[in-house]
Amino acid sequence: MKGSAFSRRVFLKASGGVLMGTLAMASGPIALLAPSRSWAMSLETLTSRQGQVLLAMTRHIFPHPDLEDAVYALVVKSLDTKAADPQVAALVAEGIDVLDREAGGDWLSLSPSERFALLEARAGSPFFELVRGDAVVSLYDNDLAYAHFGYEGEAGNPGYLTKGFNDLDWLPDPPRPEGGYLPHEVPG
Amino acid sequence: MAMTDSQKTFALDDDSVVVVIGSGAGGGTLANELAQQGIDVVVLEAGKLHTTSDFLADEWGAFNQLSWLDPRTTSGSWRLARDFPNLPAWIVKSVGGTTVHWAGASLRIQPHEFEALSHYGAVDGADLLDWPLSYEELAPWYDRAEARMGVTRTHDNKGLPGNNNFKVMYAGAQKLGYSCNTGHMAINSEIRDGRAPCQQRGFCFQGCKTQAKWSTLYTELPRGIATGHLELRPESHVARIEHDDEGRAKAVVYFDSEGREQRQKARVVAVAGNSIETPRLLLNSTSSRFPKGLANGADKVGRYYMRHMTGSVYATFDEPVHMYRGTTMAGIISDEARHDPSRGFVGGYEMETLSLGLPFMAAFLDPGAWGERFAGAMDQYDHMAGMWLVGEDLPQASNRITLNPEVTDRFGLPVANVHYDDHPNDVAMRQHGYQQGKALYESVGARDVYEVPPYPSTHNLGTCRMSERPEDGVCNGYGQTHEVANLFISDGSQFTTSASENPTLTIVSLALRQAEYIAQQMAEQAI
Repeated sequence: MKGSAFSRRVFLKASGGVLMGTLAMASGPIALLAPSRSWAMSLETLTSRQGQVLLAMTRHIFPHPDLEDAVYALVVKSLDTKAADPQVAALVAEGIDVLDREAGGDWLSLSPSERFALLEARAGSPFFELVRGDAVVSLYDNDLAYAHFGYEGEAGNPGYLTKGFNDLDWLPDPPRPEGGYLPHEVPG
Repeated sequence: MAMTDSQKTFALDDDSVVVVIGSGAGGGTLANELAQQGIDVVVLEAGKLHTTSDFLADEWGAFNQLSWLDPRTTSGSWRLARDFPNLPAWIVKSVGGTTVHWAGASLRIQPHEFEALSHYGAVDGADLLDWPLSYEELAPWYDRAEARMGVTRTHDNKGLPGNNNFKVMYAGAQKLGYSCNTGHMAINSEIRDGRAPCQQRGFCFQGCKTQAKWSTLYTELPRGIATGHLELRPESHVARIEHDDEGRAKAVVYFDSEGREQRQKARVVAVAGNSIETPRLLLNSTSSRFPKGLANGADKVGRYYMRHMTGSVYATFDEPVHMYRGTTMAGIISDEARHDPSRGFVGGYEMETLSLGLPFMAAFLDPGAWGERFAGAMDQYDHMAGMWLVGEDLPQASNRITLNPEVTDRFGLPVANVHYDDHPNDVAMRQHGYQQGKALYESVGARDVYEVPPYPSTHNLGTCRMSERPEDGVCNGYGQTHEVANLFISDGSQFTTSASENPTLTIVSLALRQAEYIAQQMAEQAI
């Protein structure tokens, strides 16, 4: 599995923090992929709070109400990897400082609409673009997202010829010859 | 065992060989066709040799494996210059070139499109021109290309079976009175040519693992090598072409896989590096005799860059679609491809099914976008159907490839800058296409419709165009450059105008015709 976020135990490493959560849904595609309902992810460079801010921020940028935090956490993981570069780490630290300052201390403590208003005002800034630009890839390019949004990814590798490539049944089937023929079918 | 392992090889100082630069639709086909006639050919390909077993069912993974990612720059008012400033084109750097990645749509250019100037009349801001060859002249070569590539709905090749995305397009086409079928595709609908039928993987853009889709990688190139007259040299990045005292091309200088400079002598040189690299190479080949670059006496090399009017329409429905399952582009409506200026523009466009996987849908739906509308579209991904619009864009002298002296590649060569401004005709056509695509999907119950801007260009055309008169272009109707008799343009750079059809079938047809011409010219000692 690409970018697996789950481990039953937390390994605290270096100076980095940790992100933790519990799956909101006990069933469904993501729960099926997860070894347990609670999840935790260690961070190499970012602090726990920075991780929490980035996760909340990503939820505002790409708001999918039913998408588990565990998937958003993959964006934090990706940013944490990039933050090994001190310039990226500084951009994250400064960006979060600005949000906190404009929030009067703690951006995370605001209501969702207040948080969004401050974030929207920063749209287009290098910090905002760092998070958005990472998330538009990392949020949607992992097996958990595939399961959530209904994309089969690598499972499609053998082909859908016998696995539903033409299973849509709410419209009439196109006629022949326009609709073509299966490999074994003989036209005529 | 790689196909190059036991191939015939030629010496660097063998000046009897034809050097073909690029191994895609134009170069790969030309090289094989020359080899089949017993002519010795060296193919220099910048990319690596990947086999089908290397191909990935992973959009970003395959993108990083196959794409031409060497630096390029952009300018102009097109949106790509903002969204993807260093990725103007989405084309391949790998043996087989862009035939590894192409969708397989194989449409003939329409007769009137070869006579754009005569048929449309002059258009302000554009330098329209008639091709120096007619549809009738190319028709027999189209026929041969279709037979060779196994194009469906030609030569008794049955149509591919329609997938879910096609079903939605077909139903909408019925409502709008359009004709629609699963297209003319160079993808096997049954076992043919020793290759499997399409398994409906939906990873056409990532390389066809089953070889159902025609690609020079596993057809033209191994067959050419099997003749003993073709040597393929992957990871050979051409830097410049040199000429002799008479102004004839005599050698090709390239960097090999170790980064060492090599010089291959040549009797004939054919350039097929796609419409960005081909002019870049000629512009980088300067000398006291050709101070503006090879074959550039008329100052046309790099000009008239065309990339087709494109755009996509995606729509969501109450019921699931799963558009990503199955052949990416097997669904075509050609009703709008006619020339009908009453619509407010000259030329026309095709409507073709298209799907993207979840990762690329996020990347390309609306680059730079965020917030509820974007997220709402992604939430409906598995209920989404999609189409691509591809139409004729106009040749403008200021849309061009130039060398960017500020940015160099790893060999120290100036990179290509790609400048493009939409012509008002392109804008009007795109607007019409969006409107028709929207109407089509709404006629079958669409919930939300998304007008998606052009992706990084897959159809790059026109930068060394064919012209009757030397002052209007770079090469004649055989792709032979006006200035250098033994230098040929063998890719989509030759296109005088873009026409509305996907270009690969025409590139292959021109390559087959060019191969015959080169062989004749060599036999007559004309080159």
